[in-house]
Amino acid sequence: MIYEGKQKIWSDYQKDIPDDHYFYVRSCIRQSFFPASEQTFLDITRNRLHKDFFESEHHTTCGGIAYHSDAIPQETAMTIIARQFALMHKYGYENYVCSCITSFGLYTETLETWREFPELEARIKEKLWESCKLEFAKPKYLAHASDIIYKFRNQIAQQAKFKLINKKTGEPLRVVEHIGCHYAKMFPSKGFGGAEYPYVLAGMIEAWGGEVIDYPERRHCCGFGFRQYLVQSNRGYSLSNTHKKFESMEPYKPDMIITNCPGCPYFLDRWQYVISEMEGKTYGKDGHGIPVFTYEEVAGLVLGYDPWDLGLQVHQVSVEPLLDKMGIPYDPSKKYKGINGKDLGRPELPTCACL
Amino acid sequence: MGKLYDRLTQDYRIKEGLKACINCGTCTAICPAAEFYQYDPRQIVDIVQSKDDAEIEKLLKSETIWYCGECMSCITRCPRKNAPGLVIMALRSLSMEMGYFAESEKGRQQYALTKVLCDNILNYGYCVYPRTFASALHPEAGKIWEWQEKHMEDIYARMGANLDGDGTGALRRIPQKDLDELKRIFDITGATQRIETINRCSMEKAKELGLSEEEYFMKVFTETEKDHLNH
Repeated sequence: MIYEGKQKIWSDYQKDIPDDHYFYVRSCIRQSFFPASEQTFLDITRNRLHKDFFESEHHTTCGGIAYHSDAIPQETAMTIIARQFALMHKYGYENYVCSCITSFGLYTETLETWREFPELEARIKEKLWESCKLEFAKPKYLAHASDIIYKFRNQIAQQAKFKLINKKTGEPLRVVEHIGCHYAKMFPSKGFGGAEYPYVLAGMIEAWGGEVIDYPERRHCCGFGFRQYLVQSNRGYSLSNTHKKFESMEPYKPDMIITNCPGCPYFLDRWQYVISEMEGKTYGKDGHGIPVFTYEEVAGLVLGYDPWDLGLQVHQVSVEPLLDKMGIPYDPSKKYKGINGKDLGRPELPTCACL
Repeated sequence: MGKLYDRLTQDYRIKEGLKACINCGTCTAICPAAEFYQYDPRQIVDIVQSKDDAEIEKLLKSETIWYCGECMSCITRCPRKNAPGLVIMALRSLSMEMGYFAESEKGRQQYALTKVLCDNILNYGYCVYPRTFASALHPEAGKIWEWQEKHMEDIYARMGANLDGDGTGALRRIPQKDLDELKRIFDITGATQRIETINRCSMEKAKELGLSEEEYFMKVFTETEKDHLNH
């Protein structure tokens, strides 16, 4: 009886998304800090899984960061979103997938608000026509890009060249998964596994051979907080929240962290650097930090992509300890080179050189 | 029932986010901001629910409504399906509309936020854009970002981006026609009006403090004079 009840609850959090033909929209933060992750997503879906993921040059920001920094009104954000959906429709798609979690939360909030208040939807439809002369449409299916990788996690595992396994010991790597707050905290039924037991990243980790770490502050925010990071004098908020998470996960000795949100990998990576500079403390072994990855970077490593093609050279916390554990070959001399081996010098080392 | 409360109830985030708060304090218990700042979302929702205009006006002029990080963790946990985070967003919108935001140190930061984010959207089509993300204002971005900033074109090209390029791809140059559409959206949905209100109130405040526009920007962006922290 208890098992059946759990199965029923679990089934409420299994959303149905199609396996092909998506209109793809990018993330402002990820384009700026992890552009290779979006490139890898499109390469995996198009060239490894042979799916149709279409991108238009005409899509823009959804305005989510500005909306959650209270810089633009709700109707502005909704009309920008209506424009994105209209572009999807114009190019003949009805499935919409976004790279950003802030966008995913805002798209979900917008669709739910329109559903509940049809007069608002009608007003936005008018504003869209007045400003852009575009036909209003809504997606039949809305997905986050991590939902797609989750859906195809077993196919990726079948093509795997490397696993989330320590090659020397044969033990599964111990992995912290961090889900962006706006993935399912606002609308639990819109995320795989809901808000209590989100499975979107845990499913990838298990399929690729790793072991998911449970720790007390697993669901705590990374600390972005929009205005709490974007304004310099507020950044203590952001740092303190990340610090709380690292202190909580440290005893469980993670080998790596996987995230599905644009800001989270940036903060979990960069604040480790700041904590190291300020307090001389690092959370990994031998003075190293804990490497932080996007799910596309991990999928890429599993599939055998070159680490420097995945953009891992722009992480502040060195990824080499994790590559060594997985037995992934890499050429250190190419880490900081440009296209065709162009010499770009190299970044200064942080005070804690192992970071 | 007062005028400010009436105006708040016009906001769809109040319609969605405030049903019947039982004042249990679960939102405050789960809130990352409440741990860091002198912040209590339970109390804020209780004041709004009281419909007391004098108290709501104090709230709109206060520091406290600017402490939330909008992570929305409160929504998951509220036993009555309220959304304190959405209530905060409605309060902030009204505070800016009334010009009350300039009465608080944290509220005045909206000048810097609006300038940076709206300029990025209207000029480039992105909320965050690497050419305006200066390492001097972001030391936490690390030595890697300093290197990346120095070799921006080469490094983005190496990572498969299309910085300033035509066509699709990460950080492509968004066509002017699309940026014009964003501007028209701003003009007819209240964003341009919000920018103008924030600029007007902020420049009045700058004048009162004897600061130039640039000096005022740096003051609100970098300085904290009051004690906001939860000790």
